[in-house]
Amino acid sequence: MLRTTFLAAAVAIAAPALSAEIPHDQRQSSYELMSPDTRAMQDEDTSNPGMLWVLEGEALWKRETGEANRSCADCHGDATQSMKGVAARHPAFDEKRREPVDLEGRINICRTEQQKAPASARESRDILALSAFIARQSRGMPIESSDERLRPFIEKGRSLFTARQGQLNLTCAQCHDDNWGQKLAGIPVPQAHPTGYPLYRLEWQALGSLQRRLRNCMIGMRAEAYVYGAPEYIALETFVKWRARGMPMESPAVRP
Amino acid sequence: MAARWLVILALGVACRGLASAQEPLRPFTVQGDAIVESLTDAKGDPERGRAIVTNRQVGLCLLCHSGPFPAEKFQGTLAPDLRNAGARWSEGQLRLRMVDASRLNADTIMPPYYRIVGLHRVAPPFRDRPVLTAEQIEDVVAFLATMRD
Ligand code: HEC
Ligand code: HEC
Ligand code: HEC
Repeated sequence: MLRTTFLAAAVAIAAPALSAEIPHDQRQSSYELMSPDTRAMQDEDTSNPGMLWVLEGEALWKRETGEANRSCADCHGDATQSMKGVAARHPAFDEKRREPVDLEGRINICRTEQQKAPASARESRDILALSAFIARQSRGMPIESSDERLRPFIEKGRSLFTARQGQLNLTCAQCHDDNWGQKLAGIPVPQAHPTGYPLYRLEWQALGSLQRRLRNCMIGMRAEAYVYGAPEYIALETFVKWRARGMPMESPAVRP
Repeated sequence: MAARWLVILALGVACRGLASAQEPLRPFTVQGDAIVESLTDAKGDPERGRAIVTNRQVGLCLLCHSGPFPAEKFQGTLAPDLRNAGARWSEGQLRLRMVDASRLNADTIMPPYYRIVGLHRVAPPFRDRPVLTAEQIEDVVAFLATMRD
């Protein structure tokens, strides 16, 4: 980490953060930081609590709903085929909206436009179950972020990732690019790769989305969190997915 | 298990009296790399300072730093050990470090403990209030000054 010492001369409020990106051969999932017990919990479907949501999502997949009275399966068929790799490339650029949508947003587009059902609230049981079920179909597949139309949103996400914010005046990058592997009050700082979402956190005792995780880090920085679904979250998601491109998906992962 | 970090960080406000919230910041003069004069015109209390430094909801220091605090199991490795800080730095230097470490190192990750300008998207409960009050800064400075082997 590059540190330059100035004497009290300048007030350095707007100084850009000097974070360096993690070389690709040093990237690692937070899985690597977990205890053998927690890893085993993730690895075994029978012990992975996230699988409860996956099973629930599978049931929802087949259930007709909305004014159209159609199920996801009516249009998409067998999810193990049709949804393979889909989570690995979300947020994906949406033609109509001219912006990226994340997996939860995509599901809600189908709910409202195809099923003619009301959108599910972010972090609601249904949307988590469906996204867990869909993301499960990408397990082991590399994260993909090659659509050039994502570029401006990746850049927006990057600038949010490297901007100081909150009362503690920290950037995401200062922890996740510059200090990964260090201990924050005994907790190892991970590289923040979104390989496992939605995932089961022992601390939450629940499954949660990537946006919930981002929100948690912002609260930790004493920064004002965005409302769920905000374009800033989508940009951050798009950026961290790009940053983790090529890394294998683990959903539904388990984290402490 | 260590309490997860965001819980630790976010709790701060609940543990501090709200009374001091809207009090304007005391003026201070930076001379070279130090603030020589006390922010409160009084000497801080090292005992209280120690309690602030080791309290992860108030001082937050041990999120990043380690130090000679055997009772504190979970300490940080993002910053230098605080052992002997009082031998390395004068009180005035420690005071500036606490007030606004970014004046010493523009890229620092150490939060500005006594600054409310130039911050972005501060969460409402923390808005327009420094991380520590002037009295708390003086207590911490007094404690750090005693840290000599
Ligand atoms: C009436 C047919 C229909 C129904 C019902 C439907 N979808 Fe879709 N879905 C589509 C179409 C058409 C597309 C692709 C075109 C587009 O972008 O809208 C799509 C796209 C998707 C995608 C993105 C796929 C990709 O390759 O990027 C996902 C994920 C998805 N749907 C999930 C769901 C889920 C979950 C449900 C049930 C809650 C559902 N869909 C219900 C028609 C449907
Ligand atoms: C003070 C250091 C710090 C800052 C600043 C910080 N984080 Fe984190 N972040 C952590 C720690 C520590 C964890 C691990 C969570 C835990 O175990 O409590 C984490 C976890 C994460 C994860 C989850 C990784 C996984 O495998 O599930 C993501 C993604 C993430 N952070 C993104 C961000 C973003 C985006 C920002 C800026 C808005 C940010 N973080 C700011 C320390 C930080
Ligand atoms: C978010 C991380 C972080 C927190 C929280 C933090 N510091 Fe620091 N501190 C640093 C870093 C990093 C340095 C190294 C110099 C630099 O980069 O500015 C430092 C430097 C110092 C130094 C000078 C170290 C030396 O002897 O060379 C002292 C003294 C100090 N901090 C005291 C404190 C105290 C007291 C607290 C709590 C009230 C605190 N710090 C909270 C990150 C932090």
